[in-house]
Amino acid sequence: MAQNEDDVSAVSRRDFFKTVGVSGLATGVLAATEQQAQAAPGTLGPGPVPVRLTINGRPYNLHIEPRVTLLDAVRDHALLTGNKRVCDRGTCGACTMIVDGRTVYACSTLAIETQGKKIRTVEGLANGGTLHPVQEAFCDKDAMMCGFCTPGFVMATVALIEKFPHPTPAQIRHELNGNVCRCGTFNRVLEAAAQAGGVNHG
Amino acid sequence: MKAFAYVSPTTAKDAIAALKAGGIVRPLAGGQDLLARLKDYVETADTLVNVKQALDATVTPAGGGLKIGAAVTLDALSTNPHVIRMYPALAEAAAKVGSPQIRHQGTVGGNLNQRPRCWYFRQEEFVCFKKGGNRCFSVDGENQHHAIFGNDGPSKIVHSSSLAVPAVAYGARFVVAGPNGEREIPAAEYFTLPTMQNVKKENVLGDDELLTHVILPAPGHIRSGHYEVRFKESRDWPMAFATVVVTMNGANVASARVVLGAVAPTPWRSEAAERALVGKPLTQATAEAAAAAAVEGAKPMSQNAYKIQITKTAVVRAILEAAGKRA
Ligand SMILES: Cc1cc2nc3c(=O)[nH]c(=O)nc-3n(C[C@H](O)[C@H](O)[C@H](O)COP(=O)(O)OP(=O)(O)OC[C@H]3O[C@@H](n4cnc5c(N)ncnc54)[C@H](O)[C@@H]3O)c2cc1C
Ligand code: SF4
Ligand code: FES
Ligand code: FES
Repeated sequence: MAQNEDDVSAVSRRDFFKTVGVSGLATGVLAATEQQAQAAPGTLGPGPVPVRLTINGRPYNLHIEPRVTLLDAVRDHALLTGNKRVCDRGTCGACTMIVDGRTVYACSTLAIETQGKKIRTVEGLANGGTLHPVQEAFCDKDAMMCGFCTPGFVMATVALIEKFPHPTPAQIRHELNGNVCRCGTFNRVLEAAAQAGGVNHG
Repeated sequence: MKAFAYVSPTTAKDAIAALKAGGIVRPLAGGQDLLARLKDYVETADTLVNVKQALDATVTPAGGGLKIGAAVTLDALSTNPHVIRMYPALAEAAAKVGSPQIRHQGTVGGNLNQRPRCWYFRQEEFVCFKKGGNRCFSVDGENQHHAIFGNDGPSKIVHSSSLAVPAVAYGARFVVAGPNGEREIPAAEYFTLPTMQNVKKENVLGDDELLTHVILPAPGHIRSGHYEVRFKESRDWPMAFATVVVTMNGANVASARVVLGAVAPTPWRSEAAERALVGKPLTQATAEAAAAAAVEGAKPMSQNAYKIQITKTAVVRAILEAAGKRA
């Protein structure tokens, strides 16, 4: 997996250099080139176009059609397959990523629109071998069965804890209500969120 | 979904010009409605114009009221302190839409212009009046979520926007911009009942126009209440809801607006309910009388008579909330 990711960003970096040209490189300011791509007056596509994403702090230079969703770009092109595709219609939450600090359904967001934004997926949580406290809490509370909803729930919980470091039970329910678990592990997910946020359920 | 070209202009003028690109061009805001329709081939587009950078994403004071940009997200709307204080029903409606993820992406403009949720409309195979066909499948089909008012036209949808109902109740005006400049339309006149001529649309917006702002008039001494009857707490639309806005003269109601949602192809104003409130104190008994008046003349279809009862519940609870009497 790690090997794959490295391959992708190596290839992508080459594509990126090819597409931005010398002036983009000379300035060395990546943000400026992102802005150029966004503000370009011209229409892009429908064929593949360069799309530069910052996922978990790393640049990914993809060559994709404007219709490609953030979820498909991350899974099929950046090869980060942690977040899952279930309904693909914005109703289940399995694809939940954090973009510029807010949870979004990656299946219902175009990748091309997220250029210049900070995209966080479940792969970005662990620090080397150390799990993120939310991941830790999901393991402690055994808050999953098949695990398909888990990456989305974990991302929603991370966003919850960042918004409300010590959430009340009502805040937990409210912030996590965009995610569903087909296996019905809801109570344990709520317990995991409470543990991660230091709430005492008694 | 079919491949489309994409453009992201930075001014409203450029965005409006881009709508004329040729072929089928659609504005893309948060995409929470449009992308699903494209994926399901309910429609196809040759070009999407991302309007989020072109349109205003701020809430600003205007004439004692508020001017809300079409690109404001539902999350920003529902947490804006001015909106919460001046137009609490609008804040509440926004806060209940879909889910946190949908509210982070979904915008005011996209919410008000979202297309119907009628399940026949949403399935590619059912070519009904709204898609240029010659029948409405809901008449002899599954109509439990369809209209109980305004359903004698060709389409029996209920309007699916949660924001549209408080917008009408608060007397909002919509600013619409097109190639020939801007026009302002009262919210109540923006949404249209289906006729054979206009059935493919739910409002008066032209294909070359964008909704740019919602203007809310100075609230004065209004009181308002909002109640949504929902099957699930999240990831779904309300089954019936109501926004009530009143002004008081001492203990009695001086004027009232009662607008019902999810019961008709447009936000449905009930003048009968309003008459039942004026001159009366805001008590449980008046609320019940107004609710009974609100559902007078309802014409349920084969599977949706239950909406009469839940509409009454929504009206009673919205009135009691306006009265400050609902826990
Ligand atoms: C599971 C789920 C639950 C939902 N629950 C609710 C609910 O409870 N209540 C509710 O009201 N909605 C609900 N929605 C519907 C809707 O997706 C959101 O309310 C959202 O506000 C749509 O906004 P958007 O910016 O994402 O729109 P988009 O999908 O970008 O646009 C919607 C439509 O409006 C057009 N449009 C967008 N902006 C403009 C503009 N400025 N001028 C003219 N046309 C424009 C687009 O071309 C498109 O046809 C739900 C959706 C889902 C998937
Ligand atoms: S209610 Fe309207 S959208 Fe639904 S099938 Fe009938 S005509 Fe089509
Ligand atoms: S896959 Fe995105 S919400 Fe279900
Ligand atoms: S653990 Fe199986 S869907 Fe949640």
